[in-house]
Amino acid sequence: MKRSRAIFTIFKKEMARFCKDRRTMTSLILPGILIYVIYSLMGNFMTDAFMTDEDYKPVISVVNCPDQMQSAFSEEIFVLQKTESIDAAKELVADSTLDALVVFPDNFWNDMLTYTPSPDNAAPNVDIYYNTTSETSSVAYTSVMAILDGLEASISNKFDINNSSKTYDMASDESMASFMFSMIMPMLLIMFCVVGCMAVAPESIAGEKERGTIATLLITPIKRSDIALGKILALSVLSIISGASSAIGVIASLPKLMGGMAEFDGSVYGASDYAFLAVIIMSTTLLFVTLVSIISCLAKSVKEAASYVSPVMILSMVIGITGMLGSSSQAIWVYLIPVYNSVQCIVEIFSFEANALHIILTAVTNIAVMGVGVFVLTRMFNSEKIMFKK
Amino acid sequence: MKELIVVKNLKKTFTLSKKQQKIEKQNIKVRTAVDGLSFTAYSGEIFGLLGPNGAGKTTTLRMLATLIKPDEGDAFIDGASIVSQQNEVRSKIGFLTSELKLEEFFTPNYLYDFFSSLHGIAPEVARARKKEMFELFGIDKFAEVKVADLSTGMKQKASLCISLVHNPDVIIFDEPTNGLDVITAKIVTDFLLDLKAQGKTVIVSTHIFSLIEKICDRVGIIIDGKMCVCDTLHTVCGGKTLEDKFFEIYSEHCGGDE
Ligand SMILES: Nc1ncnc2c1ncn2[C@@H]1O[C@H](COP(=O)(O)OP(=O)(O)OP(=O)(O)O)[C@@H](O)[C@H]1O
Ligand SMILES: [Mg+2]
Repeated sequence: MKRSRAIFTIFKKEMARFCKDRRTMTSLILPGILIYVIYSLMGNFMTDAFMTDEDYKPVISVVNCPDQMQSAFSEEIFVLQKTESIDAAKELVADSTLDALVVFPDNFWNDMLTYTPSPDNAAPNVDIYYNTTSETSSVAYTSVMAILDGLEASISNKFDINNSSKTYDMASDESMASFMFSMIMPMLLIMFCVVGCMAVAPESIAGEKERGTIATLLITPIKRSDIALGKILALSVLSIISGASSAIGVIASLPKLMGGMAEFDGSVYGASDYAFLAVIIMSTTLLFVTLVSIISCLAKSVKEAASYVSPVMILSMVIGITGMLGSSSQAIWVYLIPVYNSVQCIVEIFSFEANALHIILTAVTNIAVMGVGVFVLTRMFNSEKIMFKK
Repeated sequence: MKELIVVKNLKKTFTLSKKQQKIEKQNIKVRTAVDGLSFTAYSGEIFGLLGPNGAGKTTTLRMLATLIKPDEGDAFIDGASIVSQQNEVRSKIGFLTSELKLEEFFTPNYLYDFFSSLHGIAPEVARARKKEMFELFGIDKFAEVKVADLSTGMKQKASLCISLVHNPDVIIFDEPTNGLDVITAKIVTDFLLDLKAQGKTVIVSTHIFSLIEKICDRVGIIIDGKMCVCDTLHTVCGGKTLEDKFFEIYSEHCGGDE
């Protein structure tokens, strides 16, 4: 019997076994769906970004505007809006209906002109309220600052801008959270890679040992290494389905998630970024599936396998957390360290710094380690000490 | 009569792990399970391997089935060595023990096809044989039921069929009636006699005297991994019952040891 046919027969059986099992299928696909739902919700919380065109007029409110400055805050540069109260206006800034709120103190002009700098005498202060989540608010802030800076320069340090302990940036906490989320992403993706492998490999290898069904396979006239190959092939496909489902969950929700961030200018990642991400996730999953299979092969039962695998899970999450430190310009050999290289690449992709060389090095390293692992696994299937351990 | 199974000086030791030593409260690192075993089984015969628990029956049969390798010695199944020609041996034998289980997620029908395919049997041949075997054991009725939902007897019947997908000439059967009720046990023993009638060679292990007396032509009594007696049932018993003879040999063996 041809080897390829034997491997394919084993492969088919493994696929049939897991596809019939609703529980395994759920644990393979569910993370992807969950991540999509969570990220989409996150995205919806964040303010929508809008495009800024060249001749956009920021909408601002000016309170107590001195007569001498009426011409500076003219309808030519701004859309001026009347306000009922300062607090109401602040709220409008927070939800981006108003781009900025400028508040002059009473008698600003006279106080400013008569002001002499001294430690116990505070200079009159102009408050500018704005919102960094909104592109247009930033534009408004810059324009107002330019006007006041010009004035300050012309009459030499007679007043301060935003010099008090109040919170001036009206950006909401959600936009901060989105930054945090993009840092957690590498850890999540790495974790989902492992989760997929953990759902299938211990069951398929340690489970068959535990239930004595592997011996039934081992007495058939096909090579034991072919049994190992057929199994690892099926487990790879299943784990990649799982990894892909999580990755697609991330990618599908990214536009919504990123849409809320002014810093990303509303743009989403390009096709090449997605392709790179796919390569990284796929090769990392293959690496993990081999590792988890070897561990499962050493175990006598599914339970034992799960307990052996959990340190791997924790270790890879820890490595995933290093992604939060961001990617600095690293030595090239860093991309030869399995798992860590994947984390670095994911960080690079998410921070728009994807590097083809790094991606290739990482993928090649992962596949090479997988190759060694598969070889070890076939040897393990040949070892009666491992397969019939009492 | 052709010498179909020739076992020559088989030896197998197991290295005990620290944990195992603790459990068994023994300080020995190596356990000899099979110690220089030799015997011959002839074609068309049923050979019975009789011995108490831990005598080394399962270990011997596992070596014959190429599941594990002997430390020393060799055995030949229809001329093929269990050490150097494992794949030939595997395609000549059908091996069945109560430890060999079927995967619970599949139906007997699926598993039959799966193992046929692994044995490289042409689909038409496999289909015809499946029909015949399923009818014989009454598996048709539950061919599409998942193994998990079958009773012990049904599972045993399904395992039996599936271990014989390739119509082997030699059938190795460890404790064939272990855990079966009298009715299912009778179906199995009848089937073994049926196989013999077809000219197959069968080797069974058991600690049940009546089973040996009922079906075996030749018997080997194995104690502590050593073959004490091996001859035709008639010669071994020499007019006594097998049980009496066994205890005679057993006390002799233990007496000689101490
Ligand atoms: N994988 C193993 N590791 C360590 N010791 C083993 C292993 N397999 C068998 N043994 C030991 O070898 C000896 C022979 O075991 P074996 O299973 O062959 O006996 P048996 O004749 O089949 O007994 P039973 O009637 O209980 O099935 C026993 O002492 C057993 O503990
Ligand atoms: Mg036994």
